[in-house]
Amino acid sequence: MQLYGALLLLPAAVLLATFAYLPTVATLINSLFVPGFRGQPAEFVGLENYALLINDATFWKVARNNLVYALGTIPASIVLALCMALFVNGRLPGRGLVRMAYFTPTILPMIAAANIWMFFYAPQIGLFNKLLGALGFSGINWLGDPGVALGSVIVMSVWKEAGFFMIFYLAALQGIAPELKEASDLEGTSRWSFFWRVTFPLLMPTTLFVLINALINAVRVVDHLFILTKGGPNNATNLLLYYVYENAFSFFDRTYAATITVVILLVLAVVATLKFAILDRRTHYQ
Amino acid sequence: MSRRFPLSGLAIATTTLLAAGQACAQPEQVALTMYYPVSVGGALTEVIDELVADFETEHPGISVEAIYAGNYDDTRVRAMSAIEANDAPQLSVLFSIDLYELLEQDAIVAFDEVIESDEEREWLDSFYPGLMENGQLDGQTYGIPFQRSTIVLYWNKDAFEAAGLDPETPPENWQEMAEMAATVREASGGEQWGVMVPSTGYPYWMFQAFAFQNGHRLMSEDGTEVYFDDPAAIEALEYWVSLSGEHQAMPDGTIEWGTLRQNFIEQSTAMMWHTTGNLTAVRNEADFDFGVAMLPMNTQRGSPTGGGNFYLFKGSSDEEQRAAVTFIRWMTGPERAAAWSIETGYMGVSPAAYETDALREYVETFPPAAVARDQLEHGTAELSTYQGGRVRRALDNAVQAALTGQMSPEEALNQAQAEADTALRRYARSR
Repeated sequence: MQLYGALLLLPAAVLLATFAYLPTVATLINSLFVPGFRGQPAEFVGLENYALLINDATFWKVARNNLVYALGTIPASIVLALCMALFVNGRLPGRGLVRMAYFTPTILPMIAAANIWMFFYAPQIGLFNKLLGALGFSGINWLGDPGVALGSVIVMSVWKEAGFFMIFYLAALQGIAPELKEASDLEGTSRWSFFWRVTFPLLMPTTLFVLINALINAVRVVDHLFILTKGGPNNATNLLLYYVYENAFSFFDRTYAATITVVILLVLAVVATLKFAILDRRTHYQ
Repeated sequence: MSRRFPLSGLAIATTTLLAAGQACAQPEQVALTMYYPVSVGGALTEVIDELVADFETEHPGISVEAIYAGNYDDTRVRAMSAIEANDAPQLSVLFSIDLYELLEQDAIVAFDEVIESDEEREWLDSFYPGLMENGQLDGQTYGIPFQRSTIVLYWNKDAFEAAGLDPETPPENWQEMAEMAATVREASGGEQWGVMVPSTGYPYWMFQAFAFQNGHRLMSEDGTEVYFDDPAAIEALEYWVSLSGEHQAMPDGTIEWGTLRQNFIEQSTAMMWHTTGNLTAVRNEADFDFGVAMLPMNTQRGSPTGGGNFYLFKGSSDEEQRAAVTFIRWMTGPERAAAWSIETGYMGVSPAAYETDALREYVETFPPAAVARDQLEHGTAELSTYQGGRVRRALDNAVQAALTGQMSPEEALNQAQAEADTALRRYARSR
């Protein structure tokens, strides 16, 4: 009987091991080496890469950027997604069209979306500066000014993400029993307190799910940086995974890239533990 | 089951027959894979596909799968990942300056090891020496020039005329460029910028041009040392920064490589510095009169070369390597080089290309097409060192920090020098 259970687990275990555990262990081992010259084997250096990392000003700047990026995108895209879902869940003319419009950014490939936005942001010829110009303001160099560039990237990400999260909220909203609304109408509950006391708590599992997804997305963002800024100007928009990519493929320093990856994994593990310890207990599942 | 069986039997029979047929028809079919980048405007993937199709018609024994892989960095990543996955391409077009790193990764072989006849050795000598500089090391040739460029100055003649400047005279030197640019800016009432030099994508490349025009070369011949903090380099960066600050002729902040051509075409700038590889795209899209000139000089003229070379990868059979050389020879032959230059604006890579009827006639009717070649005389190798990615990134950051006002040019270049020295320390020691 135990064998039977083990066999049932086997497919999942094999997949997990191949795509999660083995790479993690390999990364951990890699981070203890430096690459060799001209095809020579790598050299074991212990924790030297980690010592380098601690003194790497760029890494800290990139980590700080990523924190700002996460704080900028996650709450904004979740709130926006919820508002959009509530809006298109109601009765309004052309509902299907509005839903589609909200969802369209999600279907666009990231690279294509970034290419479009690059032209929106372009000084002189771009959409945003043309609009500002029409209102009599002088333009902003959205992606070329280190003070604004990260904000510009965040705005685009929120635009891209919110539509995706809206779908989950919409599905959850439609899963809420209409009897609750009827009952509260009989009681004379205001719309606000109905939302706050009934709808929102019932949406909590979805919010949790969306939150985790948003967090993952905030860490794994790399593609639109290729197009929009390449991490510049002067690392103003460089984020963790892009920095990993740069080290691995632009600088051919795989072991240092592995070191950064290990640190990211550790941080994510801590976040996951916190999530299970705190948030999950406050979440009400139906 | 019984009803499906004959069908699958038929399928097997057909496949076997087909396979046999193919084997008979083409007994020595060699399949090659190559990755290539596109970093300029225009539908270049179609041009490449046509060239490859022509080649396959002429050489039925060789098939080539040409895979477009993004910009230069993306293409390098694609090629290196393929190697890691034991699926190495036989050849690829990669950045001409990737040489040191490809060698460090032990990924490429020298053409000298693969070529056999004297005729082929002559072929190696048939290219402009200026274009070979980034592809050779220790007397061996690793890179064959293909989509090669220099930086040229595009100027809008209509804008010059409107500003009261002579539309046929581009700026000769730094001072003239700054003055002309400021004049345009003023005459347009702030509607039009005077000049734009891109500072994303390849800032180090543009900076190298400024530095070289100021009589300064940024790196040593053997790729183990860089000289970013030299007074001549600092002066060059100060001039670049002054175009926006002091002269009010260039926008603040960084200028995007990818949208700059559109800026020029929409006449929001009167001059731009850009790769000659964009020439044909600009020609097709601009609805005003424009000209192309060599970059302005300070103490001397100058532009680094740039662009992509063909490389041969390790791990393929002798037969595949021979086929790859056949393909590369065909692609870089005078006729093709001429056609490629006309389609794109990239340079004809050999003097013979400019002697073909096609390119001779083209240059006669459209003189800007010869500017990149003429400028080659004042060319210098593109910044290429060991640890090139880190070193270039350090310089990119310095240029951007100075242009966005985060640091003075001197501070920025001192920092870049320190970063580059750290990256290069073990190579400097091993000399």
